[in-house]
Amino acid sequence: MLSTRSPDELFAAARDGNRRALGRLLTMVERRDDNAGLVAERAHRDAGHARVVGITGAPGTGKSTITGRLAVVSGGDRPAVLAIDPSSPLTGGAILGDRIRMDDHVSGSAFIRSMATRGHAGGLAAAVPDAIRVLDAAGCDPVIVETVGVGQVEVSIAAAADTTVVVVTPGWGDAVQANKAGLLEVADVFAVNKADRPDARGARRDLELMLDLGHRGGWRAPVVLTTANRGEGIEELWAEIERHTAHLRESDELLRRRGRRHRDEVVNRIELGLRGRARQIIESRSGAAALGRVDRREISPGAAADMLLNSLTGGAGPES
Amino acid sequence: MEPANGDVLPTVAGELPIRVVLAKLGLDGHDRGLKVVARTLRDAGLEVVYLGLRQTADSIVAACEQEDADVIGLSMHNAGHLTLAPRMVQAVEKAGLDIPVVIGGIVPTGDVPVLRAAGVAAVLGPGASAEEVVSAVTEAVARRVTR
Ligand SMILES: Nc1nc2c(ncn2[C@@H]2O[C@H](COP(=O)(O)OP(=O)(O)OP(=O)(O)O)[C@@H](O)[C@H]2O)c(=O)[nH]1
Ligand SMILES: [Mg+2]
Repeated sequence: MLSTRSPDELFAAARDGNRRALGRLLTMVERRDDNAGLVAERAHRDAGHARVVGITGAPGTGKSTITGRLAVVSGGDRPAVLAIDPSSPLTGGAILGDRIRMDDHVSGSAFIRSMATRGHAGGLAAAVPDAIRVLDAAGCDPVIVETVGVGQVEVSIAAAADTTVVVVTPGWGDAVQANKAGLLEVADVFAVNKADRPDARGARRDLELMLDLGHRGGWRAPVVLTTANRGEGIEELWAEIERHTAHLRESDELLRRRGRRHRDEVVNRIELGLRGRARQIIESRSGAAALGRVDRREISPGAAADMLLNSLTGGAGPES
Repeated sequence: MEPANGDVLPTVAGELPIRVVLAKLGLDGHDRGLKVVARTLRDAGLEVVYLGLRQTADSIVAACEQEDADVIGLSMHNAGHLTLAPRMVQAVEKAGLDIPVVIGGIVPTGDVPVLRAAGVAAVLGPGASAEEVVSAVTEAVARRVTR
Protein backbone atom coordinates (compact mmCIF):
# COMPACT_ATOMS: atom_id res chain seq x y z
CA MET A 1 0.00 0.00 0.00
CA LEU A 2 1.37 3.34 -1.10
CA SER A 3 0.22 5.20 1.97
CA THR A 4 2.42 3.12 4.24
CA ARG A 5 5.62 3.72 2.31
CA SER A 6 8.27 6.02 3.71
CA PRO A 7 9.27 9.26 1.98
CA ASP A 8 12.58 7.68 0.94
CA GLU A 9 10.84 4.73 -0.68
CA LEU A 10 8.42 7.08 -2.39
CA PHE A 11 11.27 9.21 -3.72
CA ALA A 12 13.06 6.15 -5.05
CA ALA A 13 9.89 5.07 -6.83
CA ALA A 14 9.19 8.60 -8.09
CA ARG A 15 12.69 8.85 -9.54
CA ASP A 16 12.03 5.61 -11.40
CA GLY A 17 9.05 7.30 -12.98
CA ASN A 18 6.27 6.09 -10.67
CA ARG A 19 3.71 8.87 -10.96
CA ARG A 20 1.58 7.72 -8.09
CA ALA A 21 4.52 7.93 -5.73
CA LEU A 22 5.27 11.44 -6.96
CA GLY A 23 1.61 12.38 -6.61
CA ARG A 24 1.64 11.17 -3.03
CA LEU A 25 4.84 13.03 -2.14
CA LEU A 26 3.27 16.25 -3.41
CA THR A 27 0.23 15.64 -1.24
CA MET A 28 2.50 15.20 1.75
CA VAL A 29 4.17 18.59 1.36
CA GLU A 30 0.99 20.29 0.25
CA ARG A 31 -1.07 19.08 3.16
CA ARG A 32 1.74 19.37 5.69
CA ASP A 33 1.11 15.95 7.14
CA ASP A 34 3.50 14.30 9.59
CA ASN A 35 5.99 13.42 6.86
CA ALA A 36 6.02 16.88 5.27
CA GLY A 37 9.18 18.01 7.01
CA LEU A 38 11.07 14.88 6.00
CA VAL A 39 9.86 15.04 2.40
CA ALA A 40 10.83 18.72 2.13
CA GLU A 41 14.24 17.90 3.59
CA ARG A 42 14.95 15.13 1.10
CA ALA A 43 13.62 17.20 -1.75
CA HIS A 44 15.78 20.19 -0.97
CA ARG A 45 18.89 18.04 -0.72
CA ASP A 46 18.37 16.56 -4.18
CA ALA A 47 16.84 19.55 -5.97
CA GLY A 48 18.50 22.30 -7.97
CA HIS A 49 18.86 20.57 -11.32
CA ALA A 50 15.57 21.37 -13.03
CA ARG A 51 14.92 24.50 -15.03
CA VAL A 52 12.08 26.18 -13.17
CA VAL A 53 9.88 28.35 -15.37
CA GLY A 54 6.97 30.47 -14.10
CA ILE A 55 4.06 31.34 -16.39
CA THR A 56 1.83 34.12 -15.15
CA GLY A 57 -0.63 36.69 -16.47
CA ALA A 58 -4.25 37.77 -16.25
CA PRO A 59 -7.07 35.17 -16.28
CA GLY A 60 -7.79 33.64 -19.66
CA THR A 61 -4.73 34.97 -21.47
CA GLY A 62 -3.73 31.45 -22.53
CA LYS A 63 -1.28 30.45 -19.78
CA SER A 64 -2.35 26.80 -19.66
CA THR A 65 -2.30 26.43 -23.42
CA ILE A 66 1.19 27.89 -23.52
CA THR A 67 2.32 25.77 -20.57
CA GLY A 68 1.17 22.54 -22.18
CA ARG A 69 2.88 23.42 -25.43
CA LEU A 70 6.09 24.45 -23.72
CA ALA A 71 6.22 21.17 -21.82
CA VAL A 72 6.30 19.43 -25.18
CA VAL A 73 8.77 21.64 -27.07
CA SER A 74 11.15 21.85 -24.10
CA GLY A 75 12.50 18.47 -25.10
CA GLY A 76 12.83 17.40 -21.47
CA ASP A 77 12.24 13.65 -20.93
CA ARG A 78 10.17 14.35 -17.88
CA PRO A 79 8.49 17.73 -17.98
CA ALA A 80 6.32 18.65 -15.01
CA VAL A 81 3.65 21.27 -14.56
CA LEU A 82 2.36 22.79 -11.34
CA ALA A 83 -0.90 24.60 -12.08
CA ILE A 84 -2.08 26.85 -9.28
CA ASP A 85 -5.62 28.18 -9.11
CA PRO A 86 -7.35 30.33 -6.52
CA SER A 87 -9.81 28.75 -4.10
CA SER A 88 -13.10 30.30 -3.17
CA PRO A 89 -12.45 32.37 -0.07
CA LEU A 90 -15.97 31.58 1.10
CA THR A 91 -16.02 27.79 0.98
CA GLY A 92 -12.38 26.84 0.55
CA GLY A 93 -13.39 24.80 -2.48
CA ALA A 94 -11.80 25.24 -5.90
CA ILE A 95 -12.25 24.35 -9.53
CA LEU A 96 -8.88 23.42 -10.94
CA GLY A 97 -9.40 23.62 -14.67
CA ASP A 98 -5.97 24.05 -16.18
CA ARG A 99 -5.51 20.41 -17.21
CA ILE A 100 -8.14 20.72 -19.92
CA ARG A 101 -6.07 23.09 -22.00
CA MET A 102 -2.87 21.19 -21.36
CA ASP A 103 -3.99 17.65 -21.98
CA ASP A 104 -4.89 18.50 -25.55
CA HIS A 105 -1.25 19.00 -26.41
CA VAL A 106 0.69 17.18 -23.76
CA SER A 107 -1.12 13.85 -24.24
CA GLY A 108 0.30 12.14 -21.22
CA SER A 109 3.95 13.01 -21.58
CA ALA A 110 4.05 15.56 -18.77
CA PHE A 111 3.32 15.15 -15.09
CA ILE A 112 0.65 17.71 -14.27
CA ARG A 113 -0.41 18.62 -10.76
CA SER A 114 -3.15 21.10 -9.91
CA MET A 115 -2.94 23.00 -6.68
CA ALA A 116 -5.44 25.26 -4.94
CA THR A 117 -4.34 28.31 -3.03
CA ARG A 118 -6.38 27.41 0.00
CA GLY A 119 -5.19 25.39 2.91
CA HIS A 120 -2.09 27.49 2.78
CA ALA A 121 -3.26 30.71 4.43
CA GLY A 122 0.00 32.57 4.15
CA GLY A 123 1.68 29.24 3.61
CA LEU A 124 1.11 29.03 -0.12
CA ALA A 125 4.42 30.73 -0.67
CA ALA A 126 5.91 27.88 1.35
CA ALA A 127 4.01 25.00 -0.20
CA VAL A 128 4.81 25.94 -3.79
CA PRO A 129 8.61 25.99 -3.49
CA ASP A 130 8.41 22.69 -1.61
CA ALA A 131 6.31 21.18 -4.39
CA ILE A 132 8.70 22.52 -7.03
CA ARG A 133 11.63 20.92 -5.22
CA VAL A 134 9.81 17.60 -4.89
CA LEU A 135 9.32 17.55 -8.68
CA ASP A 136 12.91 18.63 -9.25
CA ALA A 137 14.31 16.04 -6.84
CA ALA A 138 12.21 13.35 -8.52
CA GLY A 139 14.04 14.08 -11.75
CA CYS A 140 11.48 16.21 -13.56
CA ASP A 141 12.78 18.85 -15.95
CA PRO A 142 11.65 21.42 -16.80
CA VAL A 143 9.25 22.32 -13.99
CA ILE A 144 6.71 24.84 -15.28
CA VAL A 145 4.55 26.68 -12.74
CA GLU A 146 1.35 28.39 -13.85
CA THR A 147 -0.24 31.04 -11.63
CA VAL A 148 -2.83 33.71 -12.27
CA GLY A 149 -1.06 37.01 -11.93
CA VAL A 150 -3.57 38.99 -9.95
CA GLY A 151 -2.46 39.58 -6.39
CA GLN A 152 0.82 40.13 -4.64
CA VAL A 153 1.05 36.51 -3.49
CA GLU A 154 0.62 35.14 -6.98
CA VAL A 155 3.20 37.51 -8.33
CA SER A 156 5.66 36.48 -5.65
CA ILE A 157 5.04 32.85 -6.54
CA ALA A 158 5.74 33.61 -10.14
CA ALA A 159 8.97 35.13 -8.98
CA ALA A 160 9.87 31.82 -7.31
CA ALA A 161 10.86 30.52 -10.73
CA ASP A 162 14.28 30.94 -12.30
CA THR A 163 12.67 32.37 -15.40
CA THR A 164 9.28 34.08 -15.33
CA VAL A 165 7.18 34.45 -18.44
CA VAL A 166 4.42 37.06 -18.31
CA VAL A 167 1.56 36.43 -20.73
CA VAL A 168 -0.47 39.34 -22.08
CA THR A 169 -2.95 39.56 -24.94
CA PRO A 170 -3.43 42.28 -27.58
CA GLY A 171 -5.04 45.46 -26.35
CA TRP A 172 -3.78 48.24 -24.17
CA GLY A 173 -5.84 47.11 -21.19
CA ASP A 174 -3.68 44.12 -20.49
CA ALA A 175 -0.36 45.87 -20.61
CA VAL A 176 -1.68 48.50 -18.23
CA GLN A 177 -3.07 45.77 -15.96
CA ALA A 178 0.21 43.93 -16.07
CA ASN A 179 1.96 47.11 -15.09
CA LYS A 180 -0.38 47.70 -12.18
CA ALA A 181 -0.07 44.16 -10.87
CA GLY A 182 3.68 44.52 -10.77
CA LEU A 183 4.04 41.88 -13.46
CA LEU A 184 6.34 43.97 -15.59
CA GLU A 185 8.95 43.93 -12.86
CA VAL A 186 8.98 40.15 -12.57
CA ALA A 187 8.97 39.42 -16.31
CA ASP A 188 12.07 37.85 -17.78
CA VAL A 189 10.24 37.08 -21.02
CA PHE A 190 6.95 38.41 -22.40
CA ALA A 191 4.53 36.40 -24.49
CA VAL A 192 1.93 38.39 -26.39
CA ASN A 193 -0.50 35.51 -26.85
CA LYS A 194 -3.56 35.38 -29.10
CA ALA A 195 -1.43 36.99 -31.76
CA ASP A 196 -4.10 35.89 -34.22
CA ARG A 197 -6.13 38.81 -32.93
CA PRO A 198 -5.90 42.34 -34.24
CA ASP A 199 -3.13 44.57 -33.01
CA ALA A 200 -0.78 41.99 -31.51
CA ARG A 201 2.06 44.01 -32.98
CA GLY A 202 0.71 47.10 -31.27
CA ALA A 203 0.78 45.26 -27.96
CA ARG A 204 4.38 44.27 -28.57
CA ARG A 205 5.28 47.86 -29.40
CA ASP A 206 3.60 49.07 -26.19
CA LEU A 207 5.61 46.60 -24.14
CA GLU A 208 8.84 47.54 -25.87
CA LEU A 209 8.12 51.19 -25.08
CA MET A 210 7.62 50.36 -21.44
CA LEU A 211 10.81 48.35 -21.45
CA ASP A 212 12.62 51.32 -22.99
CA LEU A 213 11.76 53.25 -19.85
CA GLY A 214 14.01 50.99 -17.89
CA HIS A 215 14.87 47.35 -17.46
CA ARG A 216 16.83 45.52 -14.82
CA GLY A 217 20.47 44.60 -14.92
CA GLY A 218 22.01 43.04 -17.99
CA TRP A 219 18.79 41.52 -19.27
CA ARG A 220 16.07 43.12 -21.29
CA ALA A 221 12.93 40.97 -21.43
CA PRO A 222 12.32 39.85 -25.02
CA VAL A 223 8.75 40.04 -26.35
CA VAL A 224 7.51 37.00 -28.28
CA LEU A 225 4.26 36.80 -30.26
CA THR A 226 2.46 33.50 -29.77
CA THR A 227 -0.74 31.89 -30.98
CA ALA A 228 -0.69 29.13 -28.45
CA ASN A 229 -3.78 27.20 -29.51
CA ARG A 230 -2.11 26.69 -32.89
CA GLY A 231 1.33 26.20 -31.41
CA GLU A 232 2.74 29.24 -33.19
CA GLY A 233 5.63 31.08 -31.59
CA ILE A 234 6.05 28.44 -28.88
CA GLU A 235 9.46 27.26 -30.06
CA GLU A 236 10.66 30.83 -30.21
CA LEU A 237 9.27 31.39 -26.71
CA TRP A 238 11.11 28.35 -25.41
CA ALA A 239 14.30 29.53 -27.12
CA GLU A 240 14.05 32.84 -25.27
CA ILE A 241 13.48 31.00 -21.99
CA GLU A 242 16.62 28.95 -22.65
CA ARG A 243 18.52 32.08 -23.56
CA HIS A 244 17.48 33.57 -20.23
CA THR A 245 18.56 30.40 -18.39
CA ALA A 246 21.94 30.63 -20.09
CA HIS A 247 22.19 34.28 -19.11
CA LEU A 248 21.43 33.39 -15.48
CA ARG A 249 24.10 30.71 -15.42
CA GLU A 250 26.78 32.79 -17.13
CA SER A 251 26.27 35.78 -14.89
CA ASP A 252 26.02 33.91 -11.58
CA GLU A 253 22.61 35.50 -11.37
CA LEU A 254 21.08 32.03 -10.99
CA LEU A 255 22.86 31.44 -7.69
CA ARG A 256 22.11 34.98 -6.58
CA ARG A 257 18.41 34.56 -7.37
CA ARG A 258 18.16 31.22 -5.69
CA GLY A 259 20.02 32.59 -2.68
CA ARG A 260 17.61 35.49 -2.44
CA ARG A 261 14.70 33.10 -2.75
CA HIS A 262 16.02 30.83 -0.03
CA ARG A 263 16.38 33.83 2.20
CA ASP A 264 12.82 34.98 1.47
CA GLU A 265 11.55 31.50 2.18
CA VAL A 266 13.31 31.27 5.50
CA VAL A 267 12.01 34.71 6.49
CA ASN A 268 8.51 33.70 5.41
CA ARG A 269 8.66 30.54 7.49
CA ILE A 270 10.00 32.37 10.50
CA GLU A 271 7.10 34.78 10.22
CA LEU A 272 4.60 31.96 9.91
CA GLY A 273 6.13 30.16 12.84
CA LEU A 274 6.18 33.29 14.97
CA ARG A 275 2.59 34.04 14.10
CA GLY A 276 1.65 30.57 15.32
CA ARG A 277 3.63 31.07 18.52
CA ALA A 278 2.03 34.47 19.02
CA ARG A 279 -1.37 32.85 18.94
CA GLN A 280 -0.25 30.18 21.40
CA ILE A 281 1.18 32.69 23.79
CA ILE A 282 -1.82 34.99 23.75
CA GLU A 283 -3.98 32.00 24.66
CA SER A 284 -1.59 30.86 27.41
CA ARG A 285 -1.84 31.81 31.08
CA SER A 286 0.82 34.51 30.83
CA GLY A 287 -0.98 35.88 27.78
CA ALA A 288 -4.26 36.05 29.65
CA ALA A 289 -2.53 37.67 32.62
CA ALA A 290 -0.91 40.31 30.43
CA LEU A 291 -4.21 41.03 28.67
CA GLY A 292 -5.88 41.39 32.09
CA ARG A 293 -3.34 43.99 33.09
CA VAL A 294 -3.95 45.88 29.85
CA ASP A 295 -7.70 45.80 30.52
CA ARG A 296 -7.13 47.20 34.03
CA ARG A 297 -4.92 49.89 32.45
CA GLU A 298 -1.91 48.83 34.48
CA ILE A 299 0.21 48.43 31.37
CA SER A 300 -0.18 49.55 27.77
CA PRO A 301 -0.83 47.07 24.92
CA GLY A 302 2.66 47.86 23.64
CA ALA A 303 4.24 46.98 26.97
CA ALA A 304 2.27 43.74 27.15
CA ALA A 305 3.41 42.81 23.66
CA ASP A 306 7.03 43.54 24.58
CA MET A 307 6.74 41.37 27.67
CA LEU A 308 5.20 38.45 25.80
CA LEU A 309 7.59 38.88 22.92
CA ASN A 310 10.50 38.60 25.32
CA SER A 311 9.23 35.33 26.67
CA LEU A 312 8.68 34.19 23.09
CA THR A 313 12.18 34.89 21.84
CA GLY A 314 13.89 34.32 25.19
CA GLY A 315 12.20 31.46 27.02
CA ALA A 316 10.56 29.65 24.13
CA GLY A 317 13.19 30.58 21.58
CA PRO A 318 13.96 28.69 18.39
CA GLU A 319 16.45 26.37 20.12
CA SER A 320 14.02 25.04 22.66
CA MET B 1 4.60 19.46 19.68
CA GLU B 2 8.13 19.94 18.34
CA PRO B 3 7.81 19.81 14.57
CA ALA B 4 9.99 17.40 12.64
CA ASN B 5 13.09 18.67 10.89
CA GLY B 6 12.77 22.20 12.15
CA ASP B 7 9.61 22.55 10.14
CA VAL B 8 7.85 25.54 11.61
CA LEU B 9 4.68 25.34 9.58
CA PRO B 10 1.55 24.12 11.26
CA THR B 11 0.07 20.85 10.15
CA VAL B 12 -3.29 21.27 8.48
CA ALA B 13 -4.08 17.58 8.23
CA GLY B 14 -7.60 16.88 9.33
CA GLU B 15 -9.16 19.85 7.59
CA LEU B 16 -8.19 18.85 4.10
CA PRO B 17 -10.51 19.42 1.20
CA ILE B 18 -11.52 16.29 -0.69
CA ARG B 19 -9.99 16.18 -4.17
CA VAL B 20 -12.39 14.96 -6.83
CA VAL B 21 -11.49 14.32 -10.47
CA LEU B 22 -14.48 15.23 -12.63
CA ALA B 23 -14.82 14.06 -16.21
CA LYS B 24 -17.12 13.01 -18.97
CA LEU B 25 -16.35 9.59 -20.35
CA GLY B 26 -16.86 8.89 -24.01
CA LEU B 27 -17.51 11.02 -27.03
CA ASP B 28 -20.84 12.65 -26.35
CA GLY B 29 -21.97 16.20 -26.33
CA HIS B 30 -21.41 19.17 -24.11
CA ASP B 31 -20.20 19.70 -20.57
CA ARG B 32 -22.79 22.14 -19.28
CA GLY B 33 -24.12 19.70 -16.70
CA LEU B 34 -20.64 18.74 -15.61
CA LYS B 35 -19.78 22.39 -15.00
CA VAL B 36 -22.82 22.75 -12.77
CA VAL B 37 -21.68 19.72 -10.77
CA ALA B 38 -18.18 21.22 -10.54
CA ARG B 39 -19.57 24.43 -9.05
CA THR B 40 -21.80 22.51 -6.66
CA LEU B 41 -18.84 20.55 -5.34
CA ARG B 42 -16.63 23.62 -5.12
CA ASP B 43 -19.33 25.45 -3.19
CA ALA B 44 -19.40 22.51 -0.77
CA GLY B 45 -15.67 23.05 -0.16
CA LEU B 46 -14.21 20.35 -2.41
CA GLU B 47 -11.27 20.74 -4.75
CA VAL B 48 -12.43 19.80 -8.23
CA VAL B 49 -9.86 18.75 -10.79
CA TYR B 50 -11.84 19.37 -13.94
CA LEU B 51 -10.97 17.19 -16.92
CA GLY B 52 -14.00 17.97 -19.05
CA LEU B 53 -15.05 16.15 -22.18
CA ARG B 54 -13.84 13.17 -24.17
CA GLN B 55 -11.89 11.39 -21.46
CA THR B 56 -10.95 7.73 -21.49
CA ALA B 57 -10.56 5.39 -18.52
CA ASP B 58 -6.79 5.59 -19.01
CA SER B 59 -6.62 9.38 -19.15
CA ILE B 60 -8.70 9.58 -15.98
CA VAL B 61 -6.50 7.07 -14.15
CA ALA B 62 -3.41 9.02 -15.23
CA ALA B 63 -4.90 12.25 -13.89
CA CYS B 64 -5.88 10.56 -10.62
CA GLU B 65 -2.33 9.37 -10.03
CA GLN B 66 -0.80 12.77 -10.66
CA GLU B 67 -3.46 14.62 -8.70
CA ASP B 68 -3.61 12.07 -5.86
CA ALA B 69 -7.39 12.17 -6.15
CA ASP B 70 -9.74 10.93 -3.45
CA VAL B 71 -12.70 10.18 -5.71
CA ILE B 72 -13.75 10.15 -9.38
CA GLY B 73 -16.96 11.79 -10.56
CA LEU B 74 -18.16 10.72 -14.00
CA SER B 75 -20.93 12.15 -16.07
CA MET B 76 -22.56 9.95 -18.69
CA HIS B 77 -25.29 10.82 -21.08
CA ASN B 78 -25.10 8.05 -23.59
CA ALA B 79 -26.17 4.47 -23.61
CA GLY B 80 -22.64 3.27 -23.04
CA HIS B 81 -22.71 3.41 -19.27
CA LEU B 82 -23.15 -0.34 -18.84
CA THR B 83 -19.82 -1.00 -20.53
CA LEU B 84 -17.94 2.25 -19.86
CA ALA B 85 -18.60 2.49 -16.12
CA PRO B 86 -17.41 -1.04 -15.25
CA ARG B 87 -14.40 -0.44 -17.49
CA MET B 88 -13.58 2.65 -15.45
CA VAL B 89 -13.83 0.73 -12.18
CA GLN B 90 -11.59 -2.00 -13.59
CA ALA B 91 -9.01 0.51 -14.82
CA VAL B 92 -8.85 2.04 -11.34
CA GLU B 93 -8.41 -1.37 -9.74
CA LYS B 94 -5.88 -2.50 -12.29
CA ALA B 95 -3.78 0.60 -11.53
CA GLY B 96 -3.83 -0.44 -7.88
CA LEU B 97 -5.72 2.67 -6.87
CA ASP B 98 -8.26 2.81 -4.11
CA ILE B 99 -10.52 5.50 -5.53
CA PRO B 100 -14.32 5.22 -5.56
CA VAL B 101 -16.20 6.02 -8.77
CA VAL B 102 -19.43 8.03 -8.60
CA ILE B 103 -21.61 8.27 -11.69
CA GLY B 104 -24.17 10.86 -12.65
CA GLY B 105 -26.32 11.18 -15.72
CA ILE B 106 -29.16 9.51 -17.48
CA VAL B 107 -29.08 6.00 -16.14
CA PRO B 108 -32.28 3.89 -16.27
CA THR B 109 -33.21 2.80 -12.73
CA GLY B 110 -32.99 -0.82 -13.78
CA ASP B 111 -29.29 -0.38 -14.54
CA VAL B 112 -28.39 1.02 -11.13
CA PRO B 113 -28.05 -2.37 -9.37
CA VAL B 114 -25.95 -3.63 -12.29
CA LEU B 115 -23.57 -0.70 -11.95
CA ARG B 116 -23.41 -1.02 -8.18
CA ALA B 117 -22.59 -4.71 -8.56
CA ALA B 118 -19.80 -3.73 -10.95
CA GLY B 119 -18.21 -1.67 -8.20
CA VAL B 120 -19.60 1.80 -8.87
CA ALA B 121 -19.83 3.55 -5.48
CA ALA B 122 -22.94 5.61 -6.20
CA VAL B 123 -25.26 6.46 -9.08
CA LEU B 124 -26.98 9.83 -9.31
CA GLY B 125 -29.93 10.46 -11.58
CA PRO B 126 -30.46 13.64 -13.61
CA GLY B 127 -32.79 15.01 -10.93
CA ALA B 128 -30.28 14.73 -8.08
CA SER B 129 -30.19 17.77 -5.81
CA ALA B 130 -26.99 19.60 -4.91
CA GLU B 131 -27.12 18.00 -1.46
CA GLU B 132 -27.46 14.54 -2.96
CA VAL B 133 -24.50 15.11 -5.26
CA VAL B 134 -22.29 16.35 -2.43
CA SER B 135 -23.24 13.61 -0.01
CA ALA B 136 -22.81 10.86 -2.61
CA VAL B 137 -19.28 12.05 -3.27
CA THR B 138 -18.24 12.68 0.33
CA GLU B 139 -19.79 9.44 1.56
CA ALA B 140 -18.00 7.46 -1.13
CA VAL B 141 -14.73 8.88 0.17
CA ALA B 142 -15.66 8.21 3.78
CA ARG B 143 -16.47 4.57 2.99
CA ARG B 144 -13.05 3.92 1.55
CA VAL B 145 -11.20 1.24 3.46
CA THR B 146 -7.69 2.60 3.36
CA ARG B 147 -5.94 5.77 2.60
N1 LIG C 1 -7.65 33.01 -30.35
C1 LIG C 1 -6.80 32.44 -29.50
N2 LIG C 1 -7.27 31.77 -28.45
C2 LIG C 1 -6.37 31.21 -27.60
C3 LIG C 1 -4.98 31.29 -27.79
N3 LIG C 1 -4.36 30.66 -26.79
C4 LIG C 1 -5.34 30.18 -25.97
N4 LIG C 1 -6.55 30.51 -26.47
C5 LIG C 1 -7.86 30.21 -25.88
O1 LIG C 1 -8.06 31.04 -24.76
C6 LIG C 1 -8.85 30.36 -23.78
C7 LIG C 1 -8.13 30.40 -22.45
O2 LIG C 1 -6.95 29.64 -22.55
P1 LIG C 1 -6.20 29.05 -21.27
O3 LIG C 1 -4.93 28.43 -21.74
O4 LIG C 1 -7.13 28.23 -20.47
O5 LIG C 1 -5.89 30.41 -20.49
P2 LIG C 1 -5.36 30.58 -18.99
O6 LIG C 1 -4.62 31.86 -18.97
O7 LIG C 1 -4.63 29.37 -18.55
O8 LIG C 1 -6.72 30.72 -18.19
P3 LIG C 1 -6.93 30.70 -16.61
O9 LIG C 1 -6.05 29.61 -16.05
O10 LIG C 1 -8.39 30.42 -16.45
O11 LIG C 1 -6.53 32.06 -16.12
C8 LIG C 1 -9.07 28.97 -24.29
O12 LIG C 1 -10.31 28.91 -24.89
C9 LIG C 1 -7.96 28.80 -25.32
O13 LIG C 1 -8.29 27.87 -26.32
C10 LIG C 1 -4.52 32.00 -28.96
O14 LIG C 1 -3.32 32.14 -29.21
N5 LIG C 1 -5.47 32.54 -29.76
MG1 LIG D 1 -4.97 28.18 -16.84
